[in-house]
Amino acid sequence: MLTVTWLVIALPLLGFVVLVATGRRLGEPWAGWLATAMVSASFLVAIGLYLDLLGIKAPVRSYSENLWTWLDVGGLNLHAGLYVDPLSMTMVLFVTGVSALIHLYSIGYMHGDKDFAKFFLYLNLFVASMLILVLGSNMVMTFIGWEGVGTCSYWLVSFWFERNTAAVAGKKAFLYNRLGDVGFMLAMFLTFENFHSLDYSTIFARVDSVSSLNITVICLLLVVAVMGKSAQIPLFPWLADAMEGPTPVSALIHAATMVTAGVYLLCRVHPLLHASPTASLVVAIMGAVTAFVGATIACAQQDIKKVLAYSTISQLGYMFLAIGCGAYTAAIFLMVAHAFFKALLFLGSGSVIHGLHGEQDLKRMGNLRQYMPITFITFAIGWLAIAAVPPLSGFWAKGDILDNAFAARPVLWGIGVFTAALTAYYMSRLTSLAFFGSDRWGQKHPVDPDPWAHHAEVGEQRAPVESPLVMTLPLWILAFFAATAGLLATSGNFSLSAWVDPVFGSSLFSNHLPAGDLWVLGLLDTVVALGGVALGIWLWVSRTDRPALEIPFLRNAWYVNEAYDTLLGRPSTRLAHFSAEEVDLKVIDGAVNSLAGLVRGAGRIVAKTQTGYLRNYALAMVGGVVLILAFMVTRMWWG
Amino acid sequence: MTVGADWYLGLAAVVFALGLLGVLVRRQTLVMIMCVELMLNAANLTFATFARSLTDIGGQVLVFFVLVVASAEAVVGLGIAITIFRHKADVNADSLDRMKG
Amino acid sequence: MTHLAATASTIHLPHVNYVSILPILIMMGGALLLLLLSSLLRRIISTGVCTAITVMTSAAAAVAAIVQWDQVLANGAQTTIAGAVAYDGFSVLIQLLVPLALGLTALVADGYLKREGVVGGEFQVLAMASASGAMVMGAANDLIVVFLGLEILSIALYVLAAFNHRRAESGEAALKYFVLGSVSSAIFLYGIALMYGATGSTNLAKMAEFLARRAVLSNGLLLAAMALLLVGFAFKVSAVPFHMWSPDVYQGSPSPVSGFMASVAKAGAFAALLRVFVSSLATQRLGWQPVIWVLAALSLLVGAIVALNQQDVKRMLAYSSINHAGFILLGVDAADARGISSALYYLVTYTIMVIGTFAVVTVIAGRQDRATGLLEFRGLARRQPVLALALAILLLGQAGAPFTTGFLAKFNVIEAVVLTHGYTLAVIAMVSAAVAAFFYLRVALTMFSPVGEFGDGPDDDVPLDPAALVGAATPGAASGVTTVPPRAWSAAMPGIDELADAPPSEVVEARGKVPVPPATWVVIGFCALFTVVFGIYPAPLVDFAQHATLLFI
Repeated sequence: MLTVTWLVIALPLLGFVVLVATGRRLGEPWAGWLATAMVSASFLVAIGLYLDLLGIKAPVRSYSENLWTWLDVGGLNLHAGLYVDPLSMTMVLFVTGVSALIHLYSIGYMHGDKDFAKFFLYLNLFVASMLILVLGSNMVMTFIGWEGVGTCSYWLVSFWFERNTAAVAGKKAFLYNRLGDVGFMLAMFLTFENFHSLDYSTIFARVDSVSSLNITVICLLLVVAVMGKSAQIPLFPWLADAMEGPTPVSALIHAATMVTAGVYLLCRVHPLLHASPTASLVVAIMGAVTAFVGATIACAQQDIKKVLAYSTISQLGYMFLAIGCGAYTAAIFLMVAHAFFKALLFLGSGSVIHGLHGEQDLKRMGNLRQYMPITFITFAIGWLAIAAVPPLSGFWAKGDILDNAFAARPVLWGIGVFTAALTAYYMSRLTSLAFFGSDRWGQKHPVDPDPWAHHAEVGEQRAPVESPLVMTLPLWILAFFAATAGLLATSGNFSLSAWVDPVFGSSLFSNHLPAGDLWVLGLLDTVVALGGVALGIWLWVSRTDRPALEIPFLRNAWYVNEAYDTLLGRPSTRLAHFSAEEVDLKVIDGAVNSLAGLVRGAGRIVAKTQTGYLRNYALAMVGGVVLILAFMVTRMWWG
Repeated sequence: MTVGADWYLGLAAVVFALGLLGVLVRRQTLVMIMCVELMLNAANLTFATFARSLTDIGGQVLVFFVLVVASAEAVVGLGIAITIFRHKADVNADSLDRMKG
Repeated sequence: MTHLAATASTIHLPHVNYVSILPILIMMGGALLLLLLSSLLRRIISTGVCTAITVMTSAAAAVAAIVQWDQVLANGAQTTIAGAVAYDGFSVLIQLLVPLALGLTALVADGYLKREGVVGGEFQVLAMASASGAMVMGAANDLIVVFLGLEILSIALYVLAAFNHRRAESGEAALKYFVLGSVSSAIFLYGIALMYGATGSTNLAKMAEFLARRAVLSNGLLLAAMALLLVGFAFKVSAVPFHMWSPDVYQGSPSPVSGFMASVAKAGAFAALLRVFVSSLATQRLGWQPVIWVLAALSLLVGAIVALNQQDVKRMLAYSSINHAGFILLGVDAADARGISSALYYLVTYTIMVIGTFAVVTVIAGRQDRATGLLEFRGLARRQPVLALALAILLLGQAGAPFTTGFLAKFNVIEAVVLTHGYTLAVIAMVSAAVAAFFYLRVALTMFSPVGEFGDGPDDDVPLDPAALVGAATPGAASGVTTVPPRAWSAAMPGIDELADAPPSEVVEARGKVPVPPATWVVIGFCALFTVVFGIYPAPLVDFAQHATLLFI
């Protein structure tokens, strides 16, 4: 079957190429419109493919397509192949759809930036990479996309490189992602060793012939990859720092699409996870704990984007909880719903930041509903959706996950419910601080100076203004979907589960709870959500300062960054001090924050041995000779 | 009086080690080059000895190859030493440390 | 008299299959011809003519190699000249790769020599001689032939390194290379002598046969011989800890020569290493494999880590080539058909990428190869976008980015190691690739950064200070973002004092567009296209490497 599937990827890629060639000449705003048009066209093609796919009967509703053979050597044959099934189709639809909206929004948001064209060039490349990741028919294709989105994320996070924090944050994101990538690569090689193929379909067909221990190892390595990409414990600190990127980037990459790549990957390889209860348990625990930790941290942040970042980490945790419980469809459901409401919230916060001329501190906002009514209404929909207030999408998606967790792993269900209350609470806190209360954006000094938050130069305060139509239109559209995505759960034959379930075949645990239980659980969710919302509003609508609820432990993200610094950073500082005098302070400052410092320090020490003196080199050589000879002697006696 | 092959091999090994040591401890470029010659000739002696004990003419032929190579190497080495000599009137290897790290 | 004649008549010359050594003969013939011409017609013969002769010689050698390929495919692997020279897929691949690399180098050198005002054809003569040495190594089936090839390769290279005698670094590089190189040659030769004693022959086939007949792993002579041979090879491929010469030598040598060293010299050495150890000493694997393992691991780590801090691009590329050597050693460590073919594939793709990269560096470096600091690459994308794009492709290829040849190269060697259960080494390789991506991206980002944009290192993130522009580049003084004219940033950057001790005035010199000679454009374009096209459609190249392995003695 010859299709135009490749066009979905080719269009944004074409946009990228055209922008590379002519972006600077096109300039503002045409570069942005071009990029938006490309992604929109890709979305239209995706809709066409979707209708096509609907025409195929359910059990075999998938096809794959080999664009060309990459190599065929010694049993390894790699194709640049695409695999289309309801799972990848769902991803393609919402990736292209949400991307198109965010592209549109960016035209307004990036207005006046000197690197306007460059921004859209990166965005288009990102979308193309993400689609390769999603559509790849083998692990190598997925990996290529995986690397591609990571690299684009690195470029986009450090887009405003003049801020040192942005440059450092970009590097941090890159580093954590690379740690995860090592896991992916190793998983890939082990897969080939055990399954003699990297094609998903072949791998799944051979699951029974591989020992469960090997499958568990492969799954755990993939989980490492996922930890990096989807910011799960313990590799989550980068996501909060990644908020240094422009807000549309946070919405697109660090909320809706890239970070959910991990969820997609684990769903894609569900037959492997299915065969390894151990790995499933690990995923479930990782998800539940991350959901909880992320939510607690979000309760104490005062940078509006950091709250949303930790909230994203927490919501991703829910998705992994679902996967760990075998409820893949539920995970996909939340992923789609989350893409809508979190993108909405980020874009809303971007609108706020835009309206306040760069202010990100919640405590210096307040009463914005008077000044930015559209932003407020749409943001409020997102807020109630993520808080899981019925009948908005979050209620259905989160409810689905919690029901499954209740059936499969009751303890984790408890954590999940508590986290749901926290979610409702911190989002209400955010909304109250930003949109209710008194005007605080004119104040000279922040209420509570937070050394961790980044303050843009605000300068002379002007009254906040509503954003232009290119920015509010995407808000409306996203708000519509955030509100109504719940229909995906309730619309019988057209529901998401009817569509995606055939991909997953069976689930680890059956979710055949009696209808009565479902009602009770749903009621409980509602009570928890409304309680959290009420608490959040009651506590924060009139006061901005409650130190008892913003303890430093949470404000500093459980001191995870500090722990990493102590474990990795301090030795690297010492290493750097070792070659102290000629190394300027800046190196040390920049280095302490990450593993990169350790590597750099080691590099400097090794470089020290490179003295430039001939006899030192000769000495090293002779040393090598002696060592090798010594080794040979051991072979002689014990070999 | 007969001298066993082991003695020749031992001598060669000692000469080789001396050459290597010389490269390590001497600073003058020319002496370093001479030390390398010592090492090459130690290898030659080894070849000749083994050729003798294996009664194989091949090993002795190799010696001639090596001699030719060694002389070519010496020529180039001296040439390079002279180029450097043009820049600084000094053939001390330790004064060459413009590049490092 | 009759007696003498009778004796003479009993000398029977070995049969020589001249086709099997045709590319080598062409290459050496070309060198001699050009030497003759340039001595006789010194005044008349121009650099362009010398280059043309070199390129034509390379082309002829490559054509001869293609003819060989058909013959080998038809007749299978064989040996000639009394078994001293192998004639198989493996040797043909090297006979093809080396002339290709030489042709590209000659085209780059053409622009370089004209820029530096060098007359005469000595450069090309030496390059051809050196290339013929590498080709001999690729075909050698006798340790002593390996040694001869090694020396032909190296001696010419020593001179090439010293070629820019107006530059002190060039001489220093040459002397360091010469002394260390000849020590390593002597060690290698002593290894051959011991191997001769241990097995009774220097012929690889006879050695293998001898070793197959008896288990002699506990033979001290043999073990010592293997150790010394490994040292010799490790030096030539610049594997850690025998790598120390290469950063200094790459930095000091004329840029086209550095590219030649990184490609041709490595190709020759790896070819011989694969043939000697993987093929002839296969039975002694327990003895040498652990050593290769350690060399590979150290090269991967040290190469990647030290490259991170380099401020000089040529030096960085030297460490990167150490890192690449580590990757190719993975294929050697795997020591099976897949390992060999993956190493060959890596070698081919890497050769092309590194020559292209050094071609760009040659152009950027300007007169006397001065401007090789990382800072010189800033804003390149704005000044010369096509050049920057080509360099970006080549660097991404070296980093192993998908859709470049480098991706599959790294993928293949790691896979080969995993399939032989070398998990630890595979993990080291992957970590190393992850670290290495940093410094390639750093150069790429530097090119695409306008004023004051960051590269990778925190030491580059420092904002600019106009006060520092005067030349007193004191890192501590830098503070506050200011608008510095695009061309003047370099002096303001901290870390400038880490560059070679060139006086500041030279660095402050404004960088406009650098002239790129047409011949160099051809090379850069070819290398970049090769990297991308075979990255997207690698099947023919992979097939080639695999066939070369199957037809292996």
